[in-house]
Amino acid sequence: MSSVVTSLLVIVFVLFSLLTTASLLIWLERRLLALWQDRYGPNRVGPFGLGQVLADMIKIFFKEDWTPPFADRPVFVIAPTFIVITALMSFAVVPFSPSILVSDIDIGVLFFLAMSSLGVYSVALAGWASNNKYALLGALRASAQMLAYEVFMGLSLMGVVAITGSFSMQAIVKAQENIWFIVLQPIGFVIFMIAGIAETHRIPFDLPEAESELVAGFHSEYSGMKFGMFFVGEYIGITLISALLVTLFMGGWHGPFLPPVLWFFIKVFFFICGFILLRASLPRMRYDQLMAFGWKLMLPLSLLNLMATGAVILWSS
Amino acid sequence: MSTSTLTIAEELQERFGPAVFGVQETRDGIPTIWVDAASIKDIMSFLKSGVSDPYAMLYDLSVIDERVRMDREQHYHVASYTVFYHLVSFGRNEDIRIKVAPTGVTPAVDSITSVFPAANWYEREAWDMYGVRFNGHPNLRRILMPNTWTGHPLRKDHPARATEIEPFQLPDEKLQREQDAMMFRPEEWGLSRGTDEFDYMFLNLGPHHPGTHGLLRIILQLDGEEIVEAIPDIGYHHRGAEKMGERQTWHTFIPYTDRIDYLSGVMNNLAYLLAVEKLAGIEVPPRSQVIRVMMSELFRIASHLVWYGTFAQDLGALSPTFFMFNDREKILGIVEAICGGRMHPSWFRIGGVAHDLPKNWDKPIRDFIAYFPPRIKDYDNALMKNRIFKSRAMGIGAYNVKEAIEWGVTGPGLRACGYDWDFRKKRPYSGFENFEFDVPLAEKGDCYARAQVRIEEMRQSLRIIEQCVNNMPEGAYKSEHPLTTPPRKDRTMHDIETLINHFLNVSWGPIIPAGEAFFGIEASKGAYGYYLISDGNTMSYRTRIRTPSFPHMQMLPLLSRGVTVSDLLAILGSMDYVLADVDR
Repeated sequence: MSSVVTSLLVIVFVLFSLLTTASLLIWLERRLLALWQDRYGPNRVGPFGLGQVLADMIKIFFKEDWTPPFADRPVFVIAPTFIVITALMSFAVVPFSPSILVSDIDIGVLFFLAMSSLGVYSVALAGWASNNKYALLGALRASAQMLAYEVFMGLSLMGVVAITGSFSMQAIVKAQENIWFIVLQPIGFVIFMIAGIAETHRIPFDLPEAESELVAGFHSEYSGMKFGMFFVGEYIGITLISALLVTLFMGGWHGPFLPPVLWFFIKVFFFICGFILLRASLPRMRYDQLMAFGWKLMLPLSLLNLMATGAVILWSS
Repeated sequence: MSTSTLTIAEELQERFGPAVFGVQETRDGIPTIWVDAASIKDIMSFLKSGVSDPYAMLYDLSVIDERVRMDREQHYHVASYTVFYHLVSFGRNEDIRIKVAPTGVTPAVDSITSVFPAANWYEREAWDMYGVRFNGHPNLRRILMPNTWTGHPLRKDHPARATEIEPFQLPDEKLQREQDAMMFRPEEWGLSRGTDEFDYMFLNLGPHHPGTHGLLRIILQLDGEEIVEAIPDIGYHHRGAEKMGERQTWHTFIPYTDRIDYLSGVMNNLAYLLAVEKLAGIEVPPRSQVIRVMMSELFRIASHLVWYGTFAQDLGALSPTFFMFNDREKILGIVEAICGGRMHPSWFRIGGVAHDLPKNWDKPIRDFIAYFPPRIKDYDNALMKNRIFKSRAMGIGAYNVKEAIEWGVTGPGLRACGYDWDFRKKRPYSGFENFEFDVPLAEKGDCYARAQVRIEEMRQSLRIIEQCVNNMPEGAYKSEHPLTTPPRKDRTMHDIETLINHFLNVSWGPIIPAGEAFFGIEASKGAYGYYLISDGNTMSYRTRIRTPSFPHMQMLPLLSRGVTVSDLLAILGSMDYVLADVDR
């Protein structure tokens, strides 16, 4: 009985902290971008403009939720939910601390990869169902991009899995008690981070939305809370990739003095800010350059990394 | 320089005999030669390739409606319309103007598109605005006005104001007609829908698109993301500036010029006023010349900053836009302190500038001169040296010098392919000969090269501004000439002649002596000039505005065939056009 209550509490805690983070990210991103871009950002509503989060939520809930008559209605409605659901599901396997973890399944890493692969349906279906050429181009780009980046995203993690000898996230974190995997797997870390940025389609890989080219890409036709879902999905995605970078490479909740869960959040926060800094500093790649970069550089590199890791493990055992 | 000792008029006379009617006197000294409309094509090809130091660039082409001109000279102006062709020879550093009188009930003349490809849009514009037909033109359709428009707006009998016509109404059948006309049919644009195996995708980019920076529509024929054909559809920003030039006094037209290239502020005034002053024979005192140069160069930097920021944004970089608009804000602050206005100060006047410089005017400028160079360096590090940026801009949208001249490209776009041509150096105006500055060049002619040239131009402009600040001459800020507007006030209460002159020039506006003059300057976007015709009135008889963005935009299809949609945005960004400068 008590274990059920505990797991329920954990689920509530995870959901609560995620949704809070996602909504706070609206504010954080705007303020940080403003800081780096010599302007103020939202600073009117409440202390430090924090009330902006609430104001934005109210606004987006009350916006007209319009479905264009030419759209494929059922798909159009269902598409935005995918991205949020899959990103939230992935968090089921992320350990926040030794005890706060929804499910310590043995195939945690695989579960995350499966969920992030499903996430692409959201973008692809949204673009397709919108029946708009810009949205279609955005969806096409997203599908090709995800396909290319899923492959070496998975491969880049295999080094970590090989060292730990387990797909379980908690096991991976525990294996990092003495040395973080970023030291043992620097190439894997960089590749996973790049793939992660592509996964969340943020600059410089934001081709599916590319506002100067495709207006708003796959979500051109979306409005109201459906549009909001894409945004929430994107922010949860950023949080997810940051959480995984921390879990898989940065020692997870390990850290001195402070409680583990706090360490986890501090590290995640650091990477989230990194994501925002990237957005403030880089231009966007071109579609074919991105594909060439993925298939011709990242994929061979991650394969080499995996082989080298395997060789070292075999040799040292 | 020309090896032949004959003038170009004599050379034409020798070659074409009776087809060359004679030479017209103009105020600007550009040889203006009347020829027979029937042999215009031969004469054009002769000028383009038959003479030494040929007239390689078609600089301008338009029409004059001569029907109500007060000073119609008997010999040449017999027909209702005159088509004029303005060519530039870089070898001679000279221009030539050829005029023909089109014949027929619907005035018509042979098209010269086979000689000068750049004539394509110019002839379409002439047809649209004046109803002059160009026989043999491949696609003589309206270009600025909608297809459903009746009449030709720049004709003298076409109304210029809403009060001259019936109130606007939109009954259902008219609405339907307009909507039908807007339907996209690829065939109308000369595009094929596809083959038996596949269909092309047609993407309507604009008129409202975040990447076009204004009202511009580009019809894209796509194969995947690759552009098969791109056709710019312009005219959404057409405001009839040339028509307004014929309805405003010489003085009150100045604010309208600010809005042609709306990023370059007073630089527009300068081109217009230099043409007016040439017509009127006004000498501008040295102080106001230097003030004009200083303000124009400030606006060149401001304009380039907007270009830099938006170009970066087109390539996906978000932050540069904010940095550069902040810097531009500083320039606009200086402009505001000196002129009162910001984007459109309309501050230059016939014969000088509106006011003398305020007290301590040099302080903010000196601050800016100290502030700005490190910023450009930062931007170089953040953008120009960024690998993603380079991979997006290098090798994209490249053209060579020959193509550039063929299509009428001027300004940074021409210098980016390594052609050393800057009107400030080659034909110094407003005292530019007294300044030390370099003309930046690049080699490759691609988007990156155009960016390099503009960035270096900002540094050079800063040098010019510094020299202005350090060597500002004392003296009058406005000429003593009686046509100076508004006229000088100080002696009005002492003698009646000055009072009358002041009263008339303020109430009616000055009467600029009859004549024709063109003046072109090196504006921020390229060669920009006004061809003004006065028939001895308080208003211009014909105001022709030659803008750089119009021919640049015409070149877009050539640059974008075979590249991707993303590259198209890079090309558009690197062209640095302003829609009001395209459409006027």
